[in-house]
Amino acid sequence: MEQRTYRVVGKTFRKKDAMQLLLGKPVYVQDITPAHALVVRLLRSPHPNAIVKSIRTDIAKKVPDVVDIYTWEDVPQTRFAIAGQTYPEPSPYDRLIIDRHVRFVGDVVAIVAAETEQAAEKALKLIKVEYTLLEPVLDFRTAKDNPSLVHPEEDWYPPCPVGGDNTRNLVASDLDQHGDVDAVMASCDIVLDRTYHTKAFNQAMMETFRTYTSLDRYGRLHVVSSTQIVFHCRRILSRALGIPKSRIRVEKPRIGGGFGAKQTAVCEVYPAFVTLKTGRPALLVYSRQEAQTAGSPRHEMQIRVRLGADRSGKIRALDLYTLSNTGAYGEHGPTTVGLTGHKSIPLYTGSLEAYRFSYDVVYTNLQAAGAYRGYGATQGIFALETTVNELAETLGMDPTVLRDQNMVRQGMVMHAYYGERADACALDRCMAHCREIFHWEEKYPVRDMGNGKVRSAGVAMAMQGSCISALDVGSATVKLSDDGTYNLIIGAADMGTGCDTILAQMTAECMDCAYEDVAVFGADTDVSPYDSGSYASSTTYITGKAVEKACAQLKKQICAIAAGMLGCSEEEVVFESRQVRRIHTDQVVPLEDISYKAQLFNNIPAQATATHTSPVSPPPYMVGMVEIELDKETGLVTVLDYMAVVDCGIPINPALARIQTEGGIVQGIGHTLMENITYDRRGKILESSFMQYKLPTRLDMGRLRVEFEQSYEPTGPFGAKSIGEIVINTPAPAIAHAIYRATGVWHRDLPITPETVAMSIDQEI
Amino acid sequence: MELKLNLNGRNVTGHIDPGTLLIDFLRQQGCVSVKRGCETANCGLCTVLMDGRPVLSCSVLAARAEGHRVETLEGLQQEAADFAGFIADQGADQCGFCNPGFVMNTIALLREIPEPTDDQIRAYLAGNLCRCSGYDGQLRGIRAYLDSRKK
Repeated sequence: MEQRTYRVVGKTFRKKDAMQLLLGKPVYVQDITPAHALVVRLLRSPHPNAIVKSIRTDIAKKVPDVVDIYTWEDVPQTRFAIAGQTYPEPSPYDRLIIDRHVRFVGDVVAIVAAETEQAAEKALKLIKVEYTLLEPVLDFRTAKDNPSLVHPEEDWYPPCPVGGDNTRNLVASDLDQHGDVDAVMASCDIVLDRTYHTKAFNQAMMETFRTYTSLDRYGRLHVVSSTQIVFHCRRILSRALGIPKSRIRVEKPRIGGGFGAKQTAVCEVYPAFVTLKTGRPALLVYSRQEAQTAGSPRHEMQIRVRLGADRSGKIRALDLYTLSNTGAYGEHGPTTVGLTGHKSIPLYTGSLEAYRFSYDVVYTNLQAAGAYRGYGATQGIFALETTVNELAETLGMDPTVLRDQNMVRQGMVMHAYYGERADACALDRCMAHCREIFHWEEKYPVRDMGNGKVRSAGVAMAMQGSCISALDVGSATVKLSDDGTYNLIIGAADMGTGCDTILAQMTAECMDCAYEDVAVFGADTDVSPYDSGSYASSTTYITGKAVEKACAQLKKQICAIAAGMLGCSEEEVVFESRQVRRIHTDQVVPLEDISYKAQLFNNIPAQATATHTSPVSPPPYMVGMVEIELDKETGLVTVLDYMAVVDCGIPINPALARIQTEGGIVQGIGHTLMENITYDRRGKILESSFMQYKLPTRLDMGRLRVEFEQSYEPTGPFGAKSIGEIVINTPAPAIAHAIYRATGVWHRDLPITPETVAMSIDQEI
Repeated sequence: MELKLNLNGRNVTGHIDPGTLLIDFLRQQGCVSVKRGCETANCGLCTVLMDGRPVLSCSVLAARAEGHRVETLEGLQQEAADFAGFIADQGADQCGFCNPGFVMNTIALLREIPEPTDDQIRAYLAGNLCRCSGYDGQLRGIRAYLDSRKK
């Protein structure tokens, strides 16, 4: 493994924005936009599937301070998708700004624009709507070929061929296989056939969806939004509103968390439409209830795993079928599902002879799903890792040893991972390291504490990607300032993850300057070079490489300017941090002088922009081990100790990589043990606030320990891969495993609440 | 109705609807560090100090602050900066949206229990949700600050 020492990369630095955030400075959408903007509120459907028969807004419009109200009759009739994806999007064009056909409890029926919140609220109550109710599809297992169609419209349009058919409630379907699964399975000593179910967990970022829009000094639409995807957002708005992209500017200030939710333009079109109609600034802030019920949560999935192995524990065949519920609209439906197989099956490349992975993604009349950290891998890994744990328990083998025999290792070609080779893989070292520091040998045996409580342990592995291969594009502009410091301008969106910081570290490393000498700006479609946006774990790996390239180019240009000053050729000079030196004469010009020269009778730009894409998406890997205490009387599961060892290549900023890991693990604990989404008979979400949707608090997470096993990814910047998403994947299978060890019951539905645990123990007696 | 209170050391007079919540009044007064994360008093983001005690400003009518002393993070910058740097060193600020409420409650904690144990810190701050950090980095930051004071 290549081991290099760097000055700035691989070291911990405070986030560029840390003190601003900790001291509560005005940095978010609602803090920095004028208070006199129109208040935008949305009237939402109380029915899961209905046609607006008639809608009367005349009385509501008479409320003082109500400026205007818009219904389906007022909006453009071009269908679009709000998923933040590269054009042409895999997600179908299935939305209108307001559709006469409302498809879930919470779908938009009218937009109210008012001078005050009170006026808007009052108007919402005075809009009279008559609905023609249609039979809803509320169970995703019955959605495919259901006589009731979620999208019967003729202008439903898939920009990409992904196996969808709106006349069958089907958004996407596919089949991928390698080898003869049926033949290998038939010759296996043991075949486990298990079905798992995961819910539409909510990202629950602390800042809900929000967007401010106004007309700028050129009369263009200026959008300030809490978004991970400024460029995609501009394209989406352009299509939805029917105006050219050159008339739209999208910028993001600081973002109060995203986790994928803001990879979808959930709320941008509504205030934008109001501003275009009225010419006035408009602000839409989602309530927590709206974020819970009309946001863009994880796809609910049912995953059937068939695993074939021999008695020695060799996993020979895997067959996964995923049924994914995209809800009322298809955002990210065709793509999240792919990860359930492509980012779980390759973990067992070491022994696998054949696999099959097939899926269907269906529409239902429930809240539309979207992108959430892990993006399908989380669901697939829960299903597969739990089945592998069951195999180990069935064979009476230590599950870590069983994995040692089967896991993917350095240099292996992963057929289930688009045929990519594992060029940087320390999964085996992650397992060995985690086993040692967790004290697996001591904690794996079940310990009855003698007070009705039992202690036990569980394990799981995970992988993810580092971008969307052969697709994602990242760019960076690096500029030299008058005083020899630098500006870095990016289109990637720091949503708290720290990408501004780690990209500045890379710039400082490349330009051989101090971290403090790099100022970062992002992201604004008018200013930033093009970037797909911050999602798919891609920013470190893709935009980081663009930073490297831009710095290399800028250094050449700085040398060219200096060579002109020294009266020699560019080949005769070298860049040396704060100066450029002529090799043979040792004449030097300081960086400050070069930067001033760049502004005087000069044709060579003292700035460079570079773009990067990658044909591969090197997976990060990790191992998670958990120790729980389970109360057999109440079913309460307490996480005592969570140990994770991660291979993210070379961590650029170890403190930030660690926090990402800890945060991901706690989110994972949340959707394993306490976060739940349930519906009433009419498809209305019951967990519509934090009163019912219980996020982990600091009392719920036990002790967290995170360590890194480094690998060196040759195609990544400074050997880096990714960290953001993988870290959410191990808690569900590891905790489900520990619960089995304590109770003898496998829970295959998430979440595993105290009630379900207690009831399952009762059944045992 | 008229509202008189002391906000961050200044006497302030405001005109409010009787139903105005303290959080909305404070934001209107320019104290935008005060954040709304839910509508159900579950997240702790809107924590401010009233007469030195932490309250959820989303669950207090502005009228209840009549004649009282209210402090937001805008008014306690130095006291916050003393320990906030230690949290920044852990990278635990993350998206930052929960930070003002968390920092306000930590100020209250450190005033009330100058030498808290880890369990006391967890218990005192249990009502402050954070979706990014996993909480442990915040704890390490506070612990590092407390350790630094002993030196």
